[in-house]
Amino acid sequence: MSRFAPGDRVQILDLGKPGHVRIPWYVRHKTGVVERHCGAYPNPEELAVARPGLPAIDLYRVRLDQRDLWPDYAGAAEDTLEIEVYDHWLAPAADPSAKD
Amino acid sequence: MREPTLPDPAALDRVPVREGYDGADYYALMTRALHQILLEQGLLAPEDTDRVIAALEAPRPEWGARLVARAWVDPAFKARLLADGSAAAAELGFTIKEARLVAVENTADLHNLIVCTLCSCYPRSLLGQPPWWYISKAYRARAVREPRAVLKEFGVDLPDSVRVRVHDSNADMRYLVLPRRPEGTDGADEADLARFVTRDSMIGTAHADIRAGLAKPA
Repeated sequence: MSRFAPGDRVQILDLGKPGHVRIPWYVRHKTGVVERHCGAYPNPEELAVARPGLPAIDLYRVRLDQRDLWPDYAGAAEDTLEIEVYDHWLAPAADPSAKD
Repeated sequence: MREPTLPDPAALDRVPVREGYDGADYYALMTRALHQILLEQGLLAPEDTDRVIAALEAPRPEWGARLVARAWVDPAFKARLLADGSAAAAELGFTIKEARLVAVENTADLHNLIVCTLCSCYPRSLLGQPPWWYISKAYRARAVREPRAVLKEFGVDLPDSVRVRVHDSNADMRYLVLPRRPEGTDGADEADLARFVTRDSMIGTAHADIRAGLAKPA
């Protein structure tokens, strides 16, 4: 049973890990919505140092608003970006209606 | 005729993105040295390397174009492609080896663009090796930061009414854009349609183009 479902709001964490991490800096600390659950995959941070990376970790595609990523984003307000994030880099986020 | 202006070399040091990196020569040399040792020790035959290179070079954009053209003529196939790209590719005999294939559909009000900011993830076992600019740091940095400006430089000038969705291919999925079927192709059959599907249209930096299909393959 995966921790998140499509539509769930999530925050991308900054685990501060060195090495072969697949979460680029520009999405860390940002909040988005789960687009889909991709399945579970061996942890690339472990695979990179020749460990098995098991048990496999749930992988999600997270959709973020471009204007949340870049405060001066020049495109349309509805422009988005989607990126894959492993479960351990995610935390549940509050509903945006509670934010304001 | 005007002389071409060359940039001031000092200004090149100030550009925000520098392609390549200082260690590249070292790793190229080490790779050649290792290859030579393996050959000398009889652990590897020259044809082994040739075979691997041939396999790497076999996939090509035309393979992806066949998926797109099938999706344009067969709504049920399109639905399967969007639900599970790898399974749909397998139906046409293509095995996506490196990861799971995710197909994303361009519509009248949504345009998709693929990038790998961290390295150069690309559906290589379907489309072949990526174009040089896809690997460039400039594309990787700018496609997520100012996708509309990048698209405009590629000749894709989108009004604000068309949403832009960037896909950062950073982990275990690989992405294929399903471009829009060009206007005026109602009578075209699947093989003709496939010729309108360019490599760049499957990355999202171009539209499928009826002009691309004018030259019949030999």
